[in-house]
Amino acid sequence: MDRLLNVLTLLSGVLLLFVLVSVRRAHIRVEYSVTWLLASAALLILSRARGLLESAAHTLGLTYPPLALLLVVGCVFLMMFYRFSVIISKLRDDNIALAQRLAVLEYHLQNLRDGASNA
Amino acid sequence: MGRDSLLIIVPAYNEEGAVGDVVRAVHAAMPGRPVVVIDDCSTDGTQSVARQAGAQVLPLPHHLGLGGCVQAGYKLAFELGYEYVIRLDGDGQHDAGDVPRIFEALRSSGCEMVIGSRFLEANGSGTSAVRSLGIGFFRMVLRPILGKPVHDPTSGFVGVNRRALQVFSKSFPLEYPEIEALVVLQRKRFRFMEIPCKMHPRTTGRSSITAMRSIYYIAHVLLGVFVNVLKYDQKGGRKKRRTDGES
Repeated sequence: MDRLLNVLTLLSGVLLLFVLVSVRRAHIRVEYSVTWLLASAALLILSRARGLLESAAHTLGLTYPPLALLLVVGCVFLMMFYRFSVIISKLRDDNIALAQRLAVLEYHLQNLRDGASNA
Repeated sequence: MGRDSLLIIVPAYNEEGAVGDVVRAVHAAMPGRPVVVIDDCSTDGTQSVARQAGAQVLPLPHHLGLGGCVQAGYKLAFELGYEYVIRLDGDGQHDAGDVPRIFEALRSSGCEMVIGSRFLEANGSGTSAVRSLGIGFFRMVLRPILGKPVHDPTSGFVGVNRRALQVFSKSFPLEYPEIEALVVLQRKRFRFMEIPCKMHPRTTGRSSITAMRSIYYIAHVLLGVFVNVLKYDQKGGRKKRRTDGES
């Protein structure tokens, strides 16, 4: 169990660092990095707080405490995926509306050009 | 724009082989009426062929798919103040000779939508067995939702008036729009009717709905239909369904 928790601590630490570096290099916008930072911090704390983990496992009826950690991690990532699906859907809608607006403006511009060249 | 103003829109994606004939046929059937080809970012000469044939072009900056493409045309028509819009496909399958009858039906019936139907009369329209099966399935699904039968729910040969245009310019299904659009109209308690139309076999290009995609199509459209049925209007909950009407 200790070895698994140590690996999870290491992985969450790496994830935390990776996200911070990505934010610093502007690969991820700050508002989207918050979710990742919270998730990796939660993973880090849970993997080190053995008492908390054991009581969570007991509450969930799990005999093996690291399973509780994996369950929490799974739930957190599912929520994150859902959030990203919402964000992608909104971006797609905005993108379509912008493309349509651009096309309509280009249509008007072409008509103006045609009008000017005919005059 | 006058009370009888009509814009004919032709969504097209890589249809350089057919779109020129479509535009010329529409001009012959409806002289003096503007035709706008909505080019869904084709990689071939669709735009130039359409312009040479006498159409104006609404050029999308990237590929949006059929729904986004048609909605761009509806937005343009609504913004320009047109009373009626008739849409026919750029692949040449719809007979432009039917456009005047759709226009007349739109004006005289007061329906928000007129559908050019392949199946109201035997008109030589060849449809594959698989596609017929799919259309039959959607007829069955839509019958209780619409409160009346629709013979050709997947027809892309459609005319709408300004009331429908106002709705569609704000909200229009984006991928496979025909069936979902009917449900959107039903939610607004708008009326539709069908008139018999001819359909020619495709001579150039190929259909976007392949055998593999047809499964995705059915699942996608079914989901879209039920999501639209379950949508609540912001004021006063879901509106009462119509059970009367034309057709």
